[in-house]
Amino acid sequence: MKRVAVASGKGGTGKTTIAVNLARVMPGPVTVMDCDVEEPNVHLFLSPRALQTEPVGIPVPRINADLCTVCGECARFCEFNALGDMQTKIVVFNELCHGCGGCTRVCPEGAITEVDRVIGEVSRGKACDNITVISGRMNVGEALSLPVIRATKAQPAEGTLIIDAPPGTACPFAAAVRGADLVVLVTEPTPFGVHDLGLAAETLTAMNLPFGVVINRSGEGDGTVEEVCRRHSAPLLARIPEDRAIAEAYSRGELLVEALPHYRDEFVNLEKRIAKILNARGEAS
Amino acid sequence: MKVLITAEGKDLDANVDPRFGRAAFFLVVDVDKEEVVEAVDNAAGRGAAQGAGVQAAQTAARLGVSALLSGHCGPNAFSAMQAANIKIYTGATGTVRHALEQFRKGELTEADDADVRGHW
Repeated sequence: MKRVAVASGKGGTGKTTIAVNLARVMPGPVTVMDCDVEEPNVHLFLSPRALQTEPVGIPVPRINADLCTVCGECARFCEFNALGDMQTKIVVFNELCHGCGGCTRVCPEGAITEVDRVIGEVSRGKACDNITVISGRMNVGEALSLPVIRATKAQPAEGTLIIDAPPGTACPFAAAVRGADLVVLVTEPTPFGVHDLGLAAETLTAMNLPFGVVINRSGEGDGTVEEVCRRHSAPLLARIPEDRAIAEAYSRGELLVEALPHYRDEFVNLEKRIAKILNARGEAS
Repeated sequence: MKVLITAEGKDLDANVDPRFGRAAFFLVVDVDKEEVVEAVDNAAGRGAAQGAGVQAAQTAARLGVSALLSGHCGPNAFSAMQAANIKIYTGATGTVRHALEQFRKGELTEADDADVRGHW
């Protein structure tokens, strides 16, 4: 199974637009995984049906007061201050807990057990015979995205896998793109877009992941993106022009390849270039 | 009676630091003698990625104070302090000496809930 992650340094450059339209023109079965769990939106464009939803939880500590001697080992261990040693008792702050399980291990009395705290959900459904959509979603008010991203990626995929990554270059981005055979970095040719493209390119280089670039809202400034591509020996995979009609279709939740069929060739060519790169890598390895 | 006052410096003439979890210093002050018993540098709390209020409350409990005098108190710090039975007085202003004066005159309100949200 081939895994393609669609990512970007800057937010709002068109990751989802590229991911969903690419999925639609894929010749075989494809699974789109929405790992942008803070604000998943793939489902708005692909409308999966017959959703099956599972909760995503993290283990948080529960202290058995009968066994606890308030030695404070758990609170000293916790880097996130989720446990407070208040001298006469230990208090637990579930929302600060990252679910590492360390407190249960360091407790010399065996007084800590773990209970599941739900922080989000993963749903899966079929958009059509060929397209499966898997979406991760954090619950409102939660701060931890990584467990939800990992749970989303742990779902079985059918056919080619397209991962819609969260923006940025920090842990959620890294968790989403890890293991990809190719990362498609979507950028806009603005100073902000190009700057963050550079950061994403450096991160992927450090992670030893191959990547190509798609320019969205192509036009003035393309040269600055091409310069980043040259510097990283990364192929320019496609240019999607600046066009108000694209924004209008997007705002209605429509797929470009259906609402504006003259752009279909752009995505068919993008798919072919990606397939060629993946095949070449497959043969080389 | 020993109270904990959040301060920008180490003595009675230092300004009150209005934050609890991310205060510069925690001063343990003997209210009757009007002297600083101990000054604790809160560098760890200022640099904490999260949970600075919980960490500060732990320090207060460890230092054995019976009350906290500060500018404000957030929700996690508040419930941790409640668990330790330490009273919280918010609204302290000016120097540490001035805050003590406010406390003695009953001008500081004993908090019955957090008066700011987390990360204020």
